[in-house]
Amino acid sequence: MLTYLAYTVVGVFIAGFLWKIFIYARSAAPLLIPTTPAPVTRGGVLLRLFREVAFFESLFKADKLLWIAGYAFHATLVLVLVRHIRYFYDPLPAFFAHYQIVGLLAGLAMVGALGLLWARRLLIDRVCHISSKADHLLLLLLLGIGGSGLLMDFFLRPDIVAIKKAMAALWGFPGVNLSVASPGDIVFIAHLLMVAVLIIIFPFSKLMHLGGIFFSPTRNQVDNPREKRHVNPWYPK
Amino acid sequence: MADAYEVPELLDDIKTPALKPGSMGHLAPYPAVEKHMKPLGFPDARVPDWEKRGVEKLGEMLKKYRSLQVYMDICVKCGACTDKCHYFLGTGDPNNMPVQRAELMRRVYRRYFTPAGRLFPGLVKASDLDEEMLKQWFTYFHQCSQCRRCSVFCPYGIDTAEISMAAREIMDAIGVGHKYTTEIVAKVHELGNNLGIPKPALSGTLQFLEEDMLETTGHEIKLPLDQEGAEVLLVAPSADFFSEPHIQSLMGYAKVFHQAGISYTISSYASEAANFGMFIGSFEQKKKIAKRVAEQARALKVKRVVVGECGHAWRVAYSFWNTLNGPFDFLDPRYPVPQHICEFTHDLIQRGALSFDKEANDAYVVTMHDSCNVARASRMGPNPGGQFTIPRDLIRATCNHFVDMDEDTICEKTLCCGGGGGLLTDELMDLRIKGAMPRMTALKRVVDGHKVNFLALICAICKAQFNKMLPLYGMPMDMVGGVHQLVSNAIRLGAKKGVV
Repeated sequence: MLTYLAYTVVGVFIAGFLWKIFIYARSAAPLLIPTTPAPVTRGGVLLRLFREVAFFESLFKADKLLWIAGYAFHATLVLVLVRHIRYFYDPLPAFFAHYQIVGLLAGLAMVGALGLLWARRLLIDRVCHISSKADHLLLLLLLGIGGSGLLMDFFLRPDIVAIKKAMAALWGFPGVNLSVASPGDIVFIAHLLMVAVLIIIFPFSKLMHLGGIFFSPTRNQVDNPREKRHVNPWYPK
Repeated sequence: MADAYEVPELLDDIKTPALKPGSMGHLAPYPAVEKHMKPLGFPDARVPDWEKRGVEKLGEMLKKYRSLQVYMDICVKCGACTDKCHYFLGTGDPNNMPVQRAELMRRVYRRYFTPAGRLFPGLVKASDLDEEMLKQWFTYFHQCSQCRRCSVFCPYGIDTAEISMAAREIMDAIGVGHKYTTEIVAKVHELGNNLGIPKPALSGTLQFLEEDMLETTGHEIKLPLDQEGAEVLLVAPSADFFSEPHIQSLMGYAKVFHQAGISYTISSYASEAANFGMFIGSFEQKKKIAKRVAEQARALKVKRVVVGECGHAWRVAYSFWNTLNGPFDFLDPRYPVPQHICEFTHDLIQRGALSFDKEANDAYVVTMHDSCNVARASRMGPNPGGQFTIPRDLIRATCNHFVDMDEDTICEKTLCCGGGGGLLTDELMDLRIKGAMPRMTALKRVVDGHKVNFLALICAICKAQFNKMLPLYGMPMDMVGGVHQLVSNAIRLGAKKGVV
């Protein structure tokens, strides 16, 4: 069961993600439209994209509270994901024993940041107005994933040894089944299923901002229209 | 009637308003008519199967414009843009929040182009392109001045200008055009400029201005028309020939050319820098309009092309000309093609060819309004941000008193005048007034705090818009003027001639 689920989920994700990237790459950029002031060299553009992705530069200009919440969520998500490597790695390098505390604190902060992001959607009239059911549900899904994770860390521990064994077996193809012996195991199954849903909808939802930002012409174009002629591929002459 | 409009009261600072849903839903522009649509190659009336055609056109645009495809997908609705649009700040209508304006198109995109929208339209807010949606499109995509302020703050650079341009192109394709912009584009094709000025009228005006300058300065300053073999082709917005205060800048350009001893000419065939093809989003129209300039540059055998004070024109010239009608390899490679009049004058100052009596502008305390298309869609000089420093350098070179407005309202964060993007039309006056409120608020602060009495800028549309707005907001109409109006006042004529 678990094996089929895992491979289907990852398969859909990779195919969907690549399909979207293909669509973005295939579409044309008829004119140069960087939001200026913009870098005048390719290196400058790479630096601009790096600042956007690493520091959320534009968002910082826009709204400090949102920047704090959004940045905290994304940064702690990365820290939490790094902690999850321990469930796929055997024998575990010493690093992960020391890292444990970082990962756990990051998990707490991540759920806090998600709470803040959801509070914005509920409390600020403008943000409430622009939110669809899907926007709320996505935050709830992330909160569910983070919350169930913390629950397992602090209260209802599942059978980690069995889980790790099952995860290790995923690299091969045998049918792996998880035991459901304790409440912690049930929480784990829920955690896993929610992650599966998140990964499946990724390429078909706004989560594609991960790939899309690199294709945003206002951010990825060099400001050099006078120096170098840009050709419109569908109207070259 | 000016007093028929409700003018917002100016507060100490720009405040984000509470939501007033639907408050601007009534204000759509006049629809285009057959005689304006036809010359542009658009259907002259709404086509019978417009829903189907509209969706097809959207599909086509998604392939032609990466901006549109990516921006339809990746908005996370974070809300960073919600308090950035001047039209939202002035009206409180949620459909004037950039994300919500774009949402009008995203709903249709999701319905026809995404699995989620096909399967769960209610969950993800997907809608058919129906009568009601088209009405919203026509209304709210004509309440966007394409100023790109939202794109500065968006974490993914989502540019609502790209979306509103695409929406207008889709509407044109199904025969639902906007009267003001299509009428003007039709006029350019017919007469060479937006105002519809025929050659005899243009040459008469230029002659009159030459006589006027001779009288006031004692110098024979020329405004040559269609002069083959001149060094420079000057392409100004046609408002510079007939409107106040635009005409003051035109005389400023003429004095700079005169004093530098550089020959130049205006063209009657390409007597328009503006390019409303951009406002309607049409690549073909943009290209066709701009082609007049490229053709004249060849025909008149000039070596350089200089563009006058006009915001969106500078975007088209700087960012698009090379793509539209390039390469311009027949021009002198030592100069950028095209060159902005501010770059031109700035360069001459650097080379010591011009000098100024700053005292001539001592009556003024000057502030600078950055026009959106110059600020966020172009550059001047070799370095990013030259579009901010070069005009300010010119002001400082010609005036003793200069002060900037609040930093959140200038340079890349500048606020639109409220009349850009093809909205400078009387039926949208209510929107223009409310959209001007944020800029007027920032201006009022320096008027009160620093005794500012001159609003300098480099855009024909901003000049015309502020002319109307300033008196409504209790400030004098004549406090708006071009940067080259200040140059014109202060330039020393005859003292030293020519480039060394």
